[in-house]
Amino acid sequence: MSSTTAAKPYVPKTRVGKVTDYVDSRVGGSGIVKEFGRKIFPDHWTFMFGEVALYTFVILLISGTFLTFFYDPSMAETNYDGSYLPLRGVEMSVAYASSLDISFDIRGGLFMRQIHHWAALLFVASVAVHMLRVFFTGAFRRPREFNWVVGCVLLILSLAAGFTGYSLPDDLLSGNGLRIIDGVMKAIPVVGTYLSFFLFGGEFPGTMIIGRLYVLHILLIPAVILLLIGIHLFMVVLHKHSQFPGPGRTNTNVVGYPVGPVYAAKAGGFFFIVFGVLAAIAAAFTINPIWNYGPYDPSPVSAGTQPDWYIGWVDGALRLMPGTLGDNFTFEFLLPFPWGVNTLSLNVLIPALVPAMIVFTAMFAWPWIEAWVTKDKREHHLLNRPRNAPTRTAIGVAGVTFYCVMWAAASSDLIATHFMVSLNDVTYWLRFLVIFGPIAAFMVSRRISLALQRKDREIALHGRETGRIVRLPHGEFIEVHEQVDDYSRYKLVAFESPEVMVPKPDADGKVSRLDKVHGRVSRFFFEDRVAPVTPREIEASHGDHHEEVAGAKDREAITSR
Amino acid sequence: MKALSQRRRHPLAALALLLMALLFTGSLYAAASSANQAQAQTTTASEDEVEEGNKLFVANCASCHGIGATGSDAAPSLVGVGAASVDFQVGTGRMPMQMDGPQAQAKPVQFTDEQVGQLAAYVASLGAGPAIPSEEITDASQGDPAHGGELFRVNCAMCHNAAAAGGALTRGKYAPGLADVSEKHIYEAMVTGPQNMPVFNDANVTPEDKQDIIAFLKTIEEQGSPGGADLGSLGPVSEGLFIWVAGLGVIIAFTVWLTSRSS
Repeated sequence: MSSTTAAKPYVPKTRVGKVTDYVDSRVGGSGIVKEFGRKIFPDHWTFMFGEVALYTFVILLISGTFLTFFYDPSMAETNYDGSYLPLRGVEMSVAYASSLDISFDIRGGLFMRQIHHWAALLFVASVAVHMLRVFFTGAFRRPREFNWVVGCVLLILSLAAGFTGYSLPDDLLSGNGLRIIDGVMKAIPVVGTYLSFFLFGGEFPGTMIIGRLYVLHILLIPAVILLLIGIHLFMVVLHKHSQFPGPGRTNTNVVGYPVGPVYAAKAGGFFFIVFGVLAAIAAAFTINPIWNYGPYDPSPVSAGTQPDWYIGWVDGALRLMPGTLGDNFTFEFLLPFPWGVNTLSLNVLIPALVPAMIVFTAMFAWPWIEAWVTKDKREHHLLNRPRNAPTRTAIGVAGVTFYCVMWAAASSDLIATHFMVSLNDVTYWLRFLVIFGPIAAFMVSRRISLALQRKDREIALHGRETGRIVRLPHGEFIEVHEQVDDYSRYKLVAFESPEVMVPKPDADGKVSRLDKVHGRVSRFFFEDRVAPVTPREIEASHGDHHEEVAGAKDREAITSR
Repeated sequence: MKALSQRRRHPLAALALLLMALLFTGSLYAAASSANQAQAQTTTASEDEVEEGNKLFVANCASCHGIGATGSDAAPSLVGVGAASVDFQVGTGRMPMQMDGPQAQAKPVQFTDEQVGQLAAYVASLGAGPAIPSEEITDASQGDPAHGGELFRVNCAMCHNAAAAGGALTRGKYAPGLADVSEKHIYEAMVTGPQNMPVFNDANVTPEDKQDIIAFLKTIEEQGSPGGADLGSLGPVSEGLFIWVAGLGVIIAFTVWLTSRSS
């Protein structure tokens, strides 16, 4: 509070100024713009997948609202009398008939259906890629652990949104998907049948399920997603954006452009790019041609029935699971209960639940698992290059391999027909790969990470091989190495490389069991390591070149050219 | 009437009744199962045709199917398979077989239409079997595509895919896609059950129903894909592959462009 000069009230002169000032003096917008508009965001192409997810979600809300105007989630029976000839007169549910009407009789309806569905596929894909980026760069470390968890929940919600939407047209394909859900539920011992009856309002398919999924799809799930997106973005603002290490980039600053005006313009433009790309795809490529599949009827199951890509891995796990082992072992157990005998069908429960449990548990717990291994309690705002955390990268790649093998299994029939191989052999190979693929991927990717680190070290110390072979006057051949500039070298040397932590005995001179385990895990993580280049080593490497006697001057002359 | 009522307690009355019942059920069964029987040969082949067909058969088919088409270890007997079977197998190029494998591949047709006719006439002369269907019954424009679609989804889609794009079977066998297959060959396939396909006889799917199925297939083939490029009609797998490769690829190209002038 300065008492000398009383602040002169701002008097706007132009008409626009007056209106703006009127609003601003009531909502305090300028304060928000001042604070938020100066927020800095670093630039890197891998940082933009979260944005893609946000934009596709907005597109989903807009196109979805259009679809709700014309879609009727009723399972009442009707005879189709729309303009699609090959289905005219066929008995079907009102839900399917209204989906067909959206496709064929409502102007722009097919485009809206297709952009909604393509946007859904891109939404989940961009969420997945965004999470992979966060994982492989270590952006989940303190203080961002909770935001990682919020992101994991968002991933599960987007799967739920996708699956409930997939079921709404009530065509043959979506009905088959619901039938699998029904089968998995009924495989749960004792309560399975009751759960299924509760969800479907009686025996499958009943007359309730479409209406229920509709409410979940348009009301509950998007509302929770929106809420969590709010929390997610709030935490991004709170923590500030992480950045890759580089000259001038430290753990306490953010180097980049401010939101206003640069980033706002870029982000706004990017929204329209995403919208445009999706619109072009929706206009030119069919997605989910429901008219091909026909109305749902529990008896037919079409060849080539698969879920959308993000549920594919669970479908693949179901396809990979053997029904029996050998001739006798069936994975089915009869549980005697006081009220009678119940069946435990592990050949359904294991593939439907276990892979998903492994993947999601590891995903949610990872920030704390890694923090326990490294005992690192510091805040991290500088990202890792994936090669500089070899074990984490290898575990990530193993997880991706595990997922992708199951993903491939969901299209085993198409692999068989398109590569002219036996469906059975495809299944046997994928069964082998789902177990040994991740192990091989772990070993290979850790070796590649370490090799890349060694390459970085080599370049930092001795420069790049230029491929120029020069013969010196006294007859010696040398290859000219081009020294990297300091700016580039910084990126090669500025990283931390944790070392193995040996368990220390406590006051009684004993090592607790947990510490022993920790020591072993720490060795597993950090035993193989390439130490970062130290300033002393860089000095020494330069010294090397000068100390040599023969031809030192000639060399100097050539390499400095 | 009086005479009949007087004799109803005659010792032989029960026997007469039994005979009558047997006769009745027998004739009913005969009438019902005649629908199952192969259609009588409608086209009468000339002796010449059969003779020419025999020559072609001996030269091209007998090494596996045997002289007189009685079969061998390598191939089944063709007595009683009918002209429709020959017309389908040879007319789509599946026979003579390109190589031994899980199933005969379609390939360019090896004979002229006339030669196919002669071969069919020869095999038909060996024993009664399904004849080549008339053009009337295979005329797609006479069928009801909506009804055909229902029949297709219940009977055919589990192997051939709801959009007739084909699908995998066990151990390298497969159900082929049905685009570009002629009406006649679709009909013949249903009647004769080539490769791993079951026979859909006339009691199971009537000739009119078969015509409806053909009408459905031809309708969806002619209309094309209303929503744009169909990506092979393979369902969500090709859609997922497309969004990951093309969709995300384009988006990544834009992200790289947008951040190319970085701070």
